[in-house]
Amino acid sequence: MEELVNLFHGFAVALQPFNIMVMVLGIVLGVIIGVLPGLGGANGVAILLPLTFSMPPTSAIIMLSCIYWGALFGGAITSILFNIPGEPWSVATTFDGYPMAQQGKAGEALTAAFTSSFVGALFAVIMITLVAPLVASFALQFGPAEKFAVYFLAFCSFVGLSKEPPFKTIAAMMMGFALAAVGLDSITGQLRLTFGFTELLNGFDFLIAVIGLFGIGEILLTMEEGLSFRGGKAKINLRVVMETWKGLPKYWMTSLRSCIIGCWMGITPAGATPASFMSYGIAKRVSKNGKNFGKGEIEGVVAPETAAHAAGTAALLPMLSLGVPGSPTAAVLLGGLLIWGLQPGPMLFVEQKEFVWGLIASMYLGNLFGLIIVLTCVPIFAAILRVPFSIIAPLILVLCAIGAYSVHSSTFDVMLMLGFGVIGYLLKKCNYPLAPLVLAIVLGDKAEEAFRQSLLGSQGSLGIFFSNPLVSTIMVLGLIALFWSAIQEVITRLRGTRTAAA
Amino acid sequence: MTTDSSGAAGPTHGPRHKVVEAGVAVLFALFGVVVIIGSWKAGINWGAEGPRAGFFPFYIGLFIVVSSAINLWHALRDGDDGLFAEWGQLRQVMSVVIPTAIYVGSMPFIGLYVASIIFIGYFMRWLGKYRWLTVLGVALGMPIVTYFIFERYFLVPLPKGPIEEWLGL
Repeated sequence: MEELVNLFHGFAVALQPFNIMVMVLGIVLGVIIGVLPGLGGANGVAILLPLTFSMPPTSAIIMLSCIYWGALFGGAITSILFNIPGEPWSVATTFDGYPMAQQGKAGEALTAAFTSSFVGALFAVIMITLVAPLVASFALQFGPAEKFAVYFLAFCSFVGLSKEPPFKTIAAMMMGFALAAVGLDSITGQLRLTFGFTELLNGFDFLIAVIGLFGIGEILLTMEEGLSFRGGKAKINLRVVMETWKGLPKYWMTSLRSCIIGCWMGITPAGATPASFMSYGIAKRVSKNGKNFGKGEIEGVVAPETAAHAAGTAALLPMLSLGVPGSPTAAVLLGGLLIWGLQPGPMLFVEQKEFVWGLIASMYLGNLFGLIIVLTCVPIFAAILRVPFSIIAPLILVLCAIGAYSVHSSTFDVMLMLGFGVIGYLLKKCNYPLAPLVLAIVLGDKAEEAFRQSLLGSQGSLGIFFSNPLVSTIMVLGLIALFWSAIQEVITRLRGTRTAAA
Repeated sequence: MTTDSSGAAGPTHGPRHKVVEAGVAVLFALFGVVVIIGSWKAGINWGAEGPRAGFFPFYIGLFIVVSSAINLWHALRDGDDGLFAEWGQLRQVMSVVIPTAIYVGSMPFIGLYVASIIFIGYFMRWLGKYRWLTVLGVALGMPIVTYFIFERYFLVPLPKGPIEEWLGL
């Protein structure tokens, strides 16, 4: 009941005129970011983060999270109209969205995509409203060992659940941890890994890494592919929207399943991209129209969009309640919290009620506004993609440079950004995942601190991580996640022998 | 953008994926070695106040070396024999990387605004082949808009060079 009161209070905060303005601005910027190649949720938010330094934290997080919702919506536009996924999580949307557009049903596909996005997000927000306070109050009792166990679980899920080879995931992740360790050691106050370079005293800021890896890296990839935009016209009118909405409720089972997949994948830091693929795959197998998937089946748009948006939203649950972001974008938002002087984690729910509930209320409103804005303005956003890449690319590069500079007012950071960009291009081409790298840079210091404090308490014995039921459970879950692909193989093999024996 | 600069060279010329992949794995391993050396210097054992500064990164470095060794082995054994990219495509990539490097490197000296004007202008004129009027419009317009949004409205200072100083901005 107390949550409901808090939520209403949050709505009062989110509905202040300035916050509504910020929300709309965020959504519009977000959709543009989602539509443009090279700008995605994570680096878009990272570039615009400095603009919020002078705002009150609540308005700032509302704007940044709305950019994120906007980017999630925007990815669908390019996938359906141009067969170019603006974001990795909308790749699965192209499978059926683009064929629909080719058959002249772009309006239906877009309406279905936006509406499913909204449904997925709404489901995830309701889940956050109900679950986050519980998780936070539970996590208040965590000691250093439990904290480390949560980080352990988060990073193990990356290894077990990502589609990249596990050792590449580990290598990328460990690189992130190593970069996080550079500079001043927070416990002993000693310098390490700087090799005498004064520029490295403060270590590597993950915002620079995000802008370089995702922004510059993506531009380089696009340059290599030599993009050509040939897309269908987007026309949505009220009649098409109404017709499509009439047809959508019969896919409620697909929606519900995708919502649950999305929430699950969002909380464990697997993220929106695998969620959308998984949801599409399952829908294809289960649906009675399964054989039409890939030829322009509306259900094939509903499934991945719902899951991607649910996952993108659910990724904020662990960020808010535990301080462990579930996606790179959530990590950037967490970085924002630190810059505004707020300590992410369970204490947020106790000390910063207005902030937390204002944010949660803005998730409801932001997604609703987002749905209205994208439904009404699709042609305008689609027109952005017709601007040739040789104009867009230098502008994005300049924006990335401005974003990287303004984090610490340092031109050295801008050079680092380009370095990260080249690394990002190489890693992406060689199939290394970037998300664990970024998350490790963000969480590296905290994970190390928790690890060392636990070891201090136990005089160096690793037994501390199995010393009570709570911490052991989390650690075991982590180990299961770590070896998940191996476990799956054993299970299928056992099943195979059983059916062979029978 | 429909650039087809690789058409003449044929689709088979370019570095092998396998080679690049192995190279990346080796670079990873070297990075790991650097991390181990750095941690060693900071002290990897237990001190008076618990684990010393290099304790945690030392094991991270070990993980990096071991996992990149496995990646290297995988790349060499059953790596992708196809092309990493055609030379023409790599030339496209370099045509972005090199100007951007110059842009970024010149920023401490001439400031962000002038550097951006030249960079956008170069990009549009030489890679995009636009008319000078369009080029000038975008190349001047973007930094001016940036100035008003960042410096005036949001009060975020950006690096300036001698020209801005002369203009008294």
